[in-house]
Amino acid sequence: MDQLIQQFFNIDIMMRAWPTIMRGLGVTLLICCAVIPLGLAGGLIAALASTARSRWLRWPAVALVDLFRAIPPLVLLIFVYAGLPFTGIQLSPFVAVTVAFLLNNSAYYGEVFRAGLISIGKGQAEAARSTGLTQRQTLVHVILPQAIRNVLPDLISNTVEVVKLTSLASVVSLGELLHAADLARSVTYNASPLTLAAGVYLVLIWPVVRLLSRYQRRISV
Amino acid sequence: MSKTTIRPAVNKPDQQNGATAPAKGRPTLEVIGLKKSFGTVEVLKNVSLSVAKSEMVFVLGRSGSGKSTMLRCCNRLEEPDSGDILLEGEQITGRGVNLDKVRRRIGMVFQSFNLYPHLDARRNVTLALRKVLKQSRDEADTRAAAALARVGLADKAGNYPSQLSGGQQQRVAIARAIALEPAVMLFDEPTSALDPELVGDVLGVMRELKQDGMTMLVVSHEMAFAREAADRVVFMADGHIVEQGPPEDIFTNPQHDSTRAFLSRYSYGQ
Amino acid sequence: MSNLDRFIETFLNGAVLAKYTPSILQGVWVTVELSILIVISGTLLGTLLACIRAYRLRLISFLIVIYADIFRALPPLVLILLAYFGLPNIGLSLSSFTVLFVILGLTLGAFAEEIIWAGITSTDKGQWEAARSTGLGFTRTLIHVVLPQAVRMVIPPLTNRAIAITKMTALGTVIGVPDILNQATTAQSFSGNASPLTLAAMAYVLLFLPFVILSRWLESRFSWKKN
Repeated sequence: MDQLIQQFFNIDIMMRAWPTIMRGLGVTLLICCAVIPLGLAGGLIAALASTARSRWLRWPAVALVDLFRAIPPLVLLIFVYAGLPFTGIQLSPFVAVTVAFLLNNSAYYGEVFRAGLISIGKGQAEAARSTGLTQRQTLVHVILPQAIRNVLPDLISNTVEVVKLTSLASVVSLGELLHAADLARSVTYNASPLTLAAGVYLVLIWPVVRLLSRYQRRISV
Repeated sequence: MSKTTIRPAVNKPDQQNGATAPAKGRPTLEVIGLKKSFGTVEVLKNVSLSVAKSEMVFVLGRSGSGKSTMLRCCNRLEEPDSGDILLEGEQITGRGVNLDKVRRRIGMVFQSFNLYPHLDARRNVTLALRKVLKQSRDEADTRAAAALARVGLADKAGNYPSQLSGGQQQRVAIARAIALEPAVMLFDEPTSALDPELVGDVLGVMRELKQDGMTMLVVSHEMAFAREAADRVVFMADGHIVEQGPPEDIFTNPQHDSTRAFLSRYSYGQ
Repeated sequence: MSNLDRFIETFLNGAVLAKYTPSILQGVWVTVELSILIVISGTLLGTLLACIRAYRLRLISFLIVIYADIFRALPPLVLILLAYFGLPNIGLSLSSFTVLFVILGLTLGAFAEEIIWAGITSTDKGQWEAARSTGLGFTRTLIHVVLPQAVRMVIPPLTNRAIAITKMTALGTVIGVPDILNQATTAQSFSGNASPLTLAAMAYVLLFLPFVILSRWLESRFSWKKN
């Protein structure tokens, strides 16, 4: 038992790792700030394309979305980070992470938005168009607000996944939360920095997870 | 039932669209030789119809007779295969027409209301006023209040659709359409999704609109209302207009077999 | 050399592909093995826990919720590193394969528990009442009446989640599980060519795309039924 505490919950080591881990947290949040808005925007575009009337737009969009849902994000990341340099395109870890996650997240957010868009009946667009609203105005003021509200829990839960996904950036040595903790682990030969990082993730994500469960229960009653 | 009586038009003449005032006797809405197929099914086979200013025309017919499709072609929610539609003498079919400009002059009321559930009654009305007519918030609010008052819902401006009864929702939908001061209103079975006890309110609003001189084309199964309020009744069967005339004539002395069959079935039903 | 030639040379190099295809196929086998183990154990665990939760024993339900929350809130990679580097120090040495299987199995178990529990709670109350009125006990009602309906209802989200988590087997690379990605990165550094990575990506697409398409089909079928 003592050994367990010594190895996983060593306060001393945690205190020493604290500043490093907080810097890592800063980088994690920075990645989130880049990756979440980009993923939302990409997802919206993917959803609009995959629900378009023209099949020349719809089918390629659906195929791309499925392709990027089938490839593990880490494979995508390593491909972008370690594969592209062979063509002379050398991306910094941060840009590589952003690009790889943009492709992955757009596919997932795209599916969520698509579900929202098709949940809105045809009558809404018809009513809006019958009052002279343009297609774009109809989308922005009538369809999207309802679509987003209908899939808000899924949007939030996907965002939770995106935040968790940022931990993959450690693989390309981008100094985010997990990378910082693992560095401290390898220096101290002690797992406590990782426990601390896990604790930080929990503080960050657990409230949202709890909220989502609550919400799910409310709609199922 | 004289449709030539000139009533004081409460609606201001529409100045925004810049169209010249309709010449005397020129219909507000004209449908000429309309054809429409869905796949291999020919739904409209050469339908022609005109609606004069301030006239209320009722379109009757069984489901599947093409009446809703005809109505939906009038503001091109359905694209007709061929034929012309003229609004106040102006061609609105064809490629070069700015549909959004045309549609604001044609109000439409749907069977399923299609109110925007994420907006309250006032904002359901003001959305198009602000975004299409580019009115300021104050202007739009004032006009929305007037429109809601006209359908008897001045006190429900802050309610969301889910907080309104079906009849109230449909009246908000009517307010949304009339706030744009359209030249003509299309009603697509406006009462058939309503509980019987709520139908009267909606018909009451339609009656008042008519008294105020609104031009209306109505698809509906409300026979008694058609008989009492319509200027003219059009009977459709099989994608054709088979018969039309003043309601008294159609209801008491139908000429066509399908009209007779339809009316007798309905009178038994009631 | 034209751009296209250079691209093919870099990403679809025939010689490199031929040389490393066998090792990548070995990786495919490891990935498939892991995926099957994770999906079966994770789904079973989740179903079992959701059923236990249906008895609404306070303390046990509380513990289940805590477990499910933690494994849903933590990035799997954190848990993988924690287990792989931490456990040996307290005398528990697990192979990287075992660590990956246990952590991802537990992760899927947590998500499956939440999803199936949502299915159980949204099953019509009348089903419970009808079954109980015919004399079925609580457990029998749960197993024979409620659970089958709940599972059918949640198959689309469960499939999606299972795909997402089995894809995470690629994380095993980090701790040296010889899976597809690991074989590919090794081959890439030996050959100095990106083709093994392309091959890995294609292997994943071949492996997972059928399931992605299946989940799309399940979803559309499900939403038609609802309307």
